[in-house]
Amino acid sequence: MMQVWNIAIKELNDGLRNRWLLAISLLFAILAAGIAWLGSAAAGQVGFSSIPATIASLASLATFLVPLIALLLAYDAIVGEEEGGTLLLLLTYPLSRGQLLLGKFIGHGLILALATSIGFGSAAVAIALLVSDLDIWLLIQSFSRFIFSASLLGWVFLALAYFLSSKASEKSTAAGLALGVWFLFVLVFDLSLLALLVFSKGQLNPDLLPWLLLLNPTDIFRQINLSGLGDGSAMNGVMALGRDLPITNPGLWFSLFIWLIASLGIAHFALRRRAI
Amino acid sequence: MNLVELQNVSLAYGRMEVIKNLSLHLAEGEVLGLFGHNGAGKTTTMKMILGLLAPGSGHVQVFGNTPDHTEVRKRLGYLPENVMFYPQLSGEETLTYFARLKGAANHQVGELLEKVGLTHAATRKVKTYSKGMRQRLGLAQALLANPRLLLLDEPTVGLDPVATQELYQLLNELRQNGTGIILCSHVLPGVEPYISRAAILAGGQLQAVGTLSELRRQVALPTRIRLGSLSEPEHWQTRLSGLGFDSRCIGRDALEVLTHNGARRELLNTLINSSEAADLEVSPPSLDDLYRHFAVVPAQEKSQ
Repeated sequence: MMQVWNIAIKELNDGLRNRWLLAISLLFAILAAGIAWLGSAAAGQVGFSSIPATIASLASLATFLVPLIALLLAYDAIVGEEEGGTLLLLLTYPLSRGQLLLGKFIGHGLILALATSIGFGSAAVAIALLVSDLDIWLLIQSFSRFIFSASLLGWVFLALAYFLSSKASEKSTAAGLALGVWFLFVLVFDLSLLALLVFSKGQLNPDLLPWLLLLNPTDIFRQINLSGLGDGSAMNGVMALGRDLPITNPGLWFSLFIWLIASLGIAHFALRRRAI
Repeated sequence: MNLVELQNVSLAYGRMEVIKNLSLHLAEGEVLGLFGHNGAGKTTTMKMILGLLAPGSGHVQVFGNTPDHTEVRKRLGYLPENVMFYPQLSGEETLTYFARLKGAANHQVGELLEKVGLTHAATRKVKTYSKGMRQRLGLAQALLANPRLLLLDEPTVGLDPVATQELYQLLNELRQNGTGIILCSHVLPGVEPYISRAAILAGGQLQAVGTLSELRRQVALPTRIRLGSLSEPEHWQTRLSGLGFDSRCIGRDALEVLTHNGARRELLNTLINSSEAADLEVSPPSLDDLYRHFAVVPAQEKSQ
């Protein structure tokens, strides 16, 4: 376990040294505060509207940003070490490939969790301090759920990035693959699901469609946050399918957790098979 | 006990066989020089000893264990060819990180930096290091936790002549303390006095292995005799030709004669009895000659 921790500390220190943690935290804080106060500007209302509306907007933002940041943080975790010449050296130490992967995951995971907590947490603190007549308990509950699920979503994409990094022979290839994965889950998947709905003309089993949402971790993340807001009115577009999903909120958490374990598993498999 | 044992090891990448039936061993306190041309299989052999590559057939054992065993890795040090480190870390931070991974005591970091002459640059980022400095840091890294087995792949690359001699002296000290060392190198001059045995690889096959004396006995390569400070080298050339020795002029006042064992004594007697030959230098076949004989000549014959 000591070896895993040594790797994790090195990654965390790198994240502090190259200002990743600071940059992501600031980005999240500014965007979260902006969404909280200006999110309803399109409807002609400036200022804080409500906690459910803020969380719904933040969830949409996080769906785009968190996977992208996680992929950027970790796409070169393995192939970069190899190109830098340090992977060969590391693997001659009393350190298994699994320990190397887990160490990197914990290090990067901590950076992401800290950035999410500091960034979105500071927006929550600002709301608590500046908005009167606020249900503080609802604020804490909603933001805690949002921050933890955003971190979990980021961890899933970290693990996917390790898989890509273990498979790629060059850093540039890994970067391209990471962008491809981001497009697939953030943009293409939901569009494909909509296309499927339209072109199947009701021929697809209606009980099956909601389950397809579980094939995309970003959709699970949104389900967790939107279904936690009460009546489900915030669910629109493809997310509306989620209303028919016979899974409770803990079930959605469990699905995202399964995504994490499975992604780490295939990343470990790919790293074990990588020729050095 | 042998520190390293390779028995009939073969390895192929796809259909290309890169190591063919290789058997080697390394004992405690021994320095084995592993020599061969590019692609001869030296680095692949190292990687198998390190447990990074599994042989297709045969057995590799290190300290009597499989090479990827954790206990094995705690007791070996490795310096890769063209060693690279994290550019954003200083020399001291780099060594501290690797010391933690190896389970080495913290005080070793400063000691090793001093041993390889990098104390003055300890706090500088590695990206500012010259190639020679990186190589010295790599050596310090390989020496963490006092390894009983050292694998050095081209350790003298980037080192100046003084640093190269210092490295060889250091290896000599380690050898005397019982450390087994495998040293891969293209740079043959200078290494000869520091190796216990030489293994010559060509095309993935072991061409020869043994002490230099054993290898010299195996082949009938001529001894090189050099006569210096001659006033009339041309006169000597004619005289030696009359005695049946071919010679060639080197510079203005020296001659070189290549002679085989049988005729060597006769030639030496002639030279010693002559008052004219002021400088006399007798060189047995060098490591370079042996390498050419075992590795280069077979490769050339194969290509013809």
